[in-house]
Amino acid sequence: MSEPRIVPSGAPPSQPATLVRDFTPSLIEVGTHHLCPGCGEPVAMRAAVEAIEELGLTRRTIGVFGIGCYTAFSNNLDVEVLQALHGRAPSLGTGVKRAKPETFVFTVQGDGDMVNEGLQEVIHAAARGENITCLMLNNGVFGETGGHMTATTVIGQRTKNSLEGRNAADHGHPILLANLIAQLDGAAYVARGAVNTAHNVAITKQMITAAFEAQVAGRGFSFVEILTMCPTGWFVDTAEAPAYLGDNLAAVHSIGVLKDSARDA
Amino acid sequence: MSTQLLEGSEAIAEAMIAAGCRFFAGYPMTPFTEVLEHMARRLPEVGGVCMNAESELEAVGMAWGAAATGTPAATGSTGQGLSLMQESLAEITLARVPLVVLNMARAQGDYFQATRGGGHGDYRHIVLAPMDVSEAVEHVQLAFHLAQTWRNPVLVFGDYFLAHTTGSVSVDRREFGPAPLADWALNGATGGSGRAKIVSPLGTHKRSDGSGYNLADHYTACAEATARMVAGVEPLAETDSIDDAELVAVAFGTPAKYVRAAVRAMRKDGHKVGYIRPITLFPFPSEVIASAAAKARAVAVYENNQGQMIDDVRLAVLGRAPVHFVGRLSLDASGFGIAPDLDVGVIRERLERVLEAS
Repeated sequence: MSEPRIVPSGAPPSQPATLVRDFTPSLIEVGTHHLCPGCGEPVAMRAAVEAIEELGLTRRTIGVFGIGCYTAFSNNLDVEVLQALHGRAPSLGTGVKRAKPETFVFTVQGDGDMVNEGLQEVIHAAARGENITCLMLNNGVFGETGGHMTATTVIGQRTKNSLEGRNAADHGHPILLANLIAQLDGAAYVARGAVNTAHNVAITKQMITAAFEAQVAGRGFSFVEILTMCPTGWFVDTAEAPAYLGDNLAAVHSIGVLKDSARDA
Repeated sequence: MSTQLLEGSEAIAEAMIAAGCRFFAGYPMTPFTEVLEHMARRLPEVGGVCMNAESELEAVGMAWGAAATGTPAATGSTGQGLSLMQESLAEITLARVPLVVLNMARAQGDYFQATRGGGHGDYRHIVLAPMDVSEAVEHVQLAFHLAQTWRNPVLVFGDYFLAHTTGSVSVDRREFGPAPLADWALNGATGGSGRAKIVSPLGTHKRSDGSGYNLADHYTACAEATARMVAGVEPLAETDSIDDAELVAVAFGTPAKYVRAAVRAMRKDGHKVGYIRPITLFPFPSEVIASAAAKARAVAVYENNQGQMIDDVRLAVLGRAPVHFVGRLSLDASGFGIAPDLDVGVIRERLERVLEAS
């Protein structure tokens, strides 16, 4: 057995790096994006498009995108996309699905988009039992504007317009949206995941898959809230963001399956 | 051609269905409500969908989603409800999605909203202003054709009278020729092809070079599409006795019927008065107004508002003749624009005053 070759860490590589295997999901046309280092949104998007492909939905999917950092993905996925206004994705998704019931419809919104700007859209879509899947990428801030308070910002969290941290007296309490949706009769599947650890990514992928399966089975409205890192908007180091998510956001917005009509039946 | 006795709202609903409309979404508001009622009852009978939306914001969103699949779709409200929809209407135009929008307005205070657009950005809507129920049946069907041809929203501007007047009309399907193939519409089928479609107010194609949206390119393309539309849509107007008219009276929609009656009565008595009714409020029939004004001593504009279309008339006339406002904000206590000012004798008196002073 030959001795392991020790490469001195300070020396430049003798060979240029070669790509052994590209792990970019096939439905992401262009892997590069302009989102910040440490952002959790690409991880969540990846889980969603992998689930679409694995469930064989690629050729009947229409994704409806809201407006936020994740809107970058409306332009580089190899599934059909309908771009909505900020706050309005569930009504557009409703129109698509009602007009073409054979399509598979998922929407992507952030917490600012879904819980601030257009809260009544998702509530009514859920109550109607609209047979679509809504995904909410929840990082507790308006990431695209640079880290401002949203309706899901947790108490104590510092944002650009709550510099001393959100306090209930001045700013009110965060809305725990998945918990709210789970109370509505039209909701078939409701869960909250996170992408801060490999374990949570795997769980979230299962949640997204279960939500998509609920739509395919025609069981009604399905919803997955996904806690994502936003180190830029949280003003924390990139490497610290996953732990920050676990200690702050996930401490209030609890991870788990809140409702599953397939299981509960 | 079979005629039926129908209330305006029902006739408009039947005309939409005859034109192929298979998706409608709305929120009740007088005098738009009955259109929604009829669509909710009738669309399911023809395999369509009518959504009772939680607000006008969602009504226009649902119609946007359905229209993006190539389904002939419409929404509507009263001017107040359309105010809520303006953000979406602006973006739908930039996404180049065909949509028919009804404004069953209260009086005529929404002329600017209709023709200028209450939303942000650079866009225009085609606007049709029917005078009565039978013309509304024609316009609603034309609206679907124009929307599909130009991939642009088309607004049909009605009012309380139109919604609630019963008339004998035919709602047979009108043919306006073939519309272009909706090859842009979404159905999911291009997923995984490497060329999956996108319908977006930010751009009409995905950029596989990863550079994202190019708004400068897109807005420039939208401006070119708007220019083609404006050049391609024939401005429509009804005229009466304008060849030798010393006074030209201009009015649109329901009030035009009263103005026309006043003008005809004055003609009978020997006054050289003419009448022009813009039917397309955008594109505005400027040429016919300009040529009539060039031969006239004065132009009088009647509207049930503080004077809005008069701006477009002045732009058309361009100083060829003085332009007088003879309309009035005309609201009864209900606020629905039932227009107590609509009185042929009163309108005639105002026109005679302008004629005498000119």
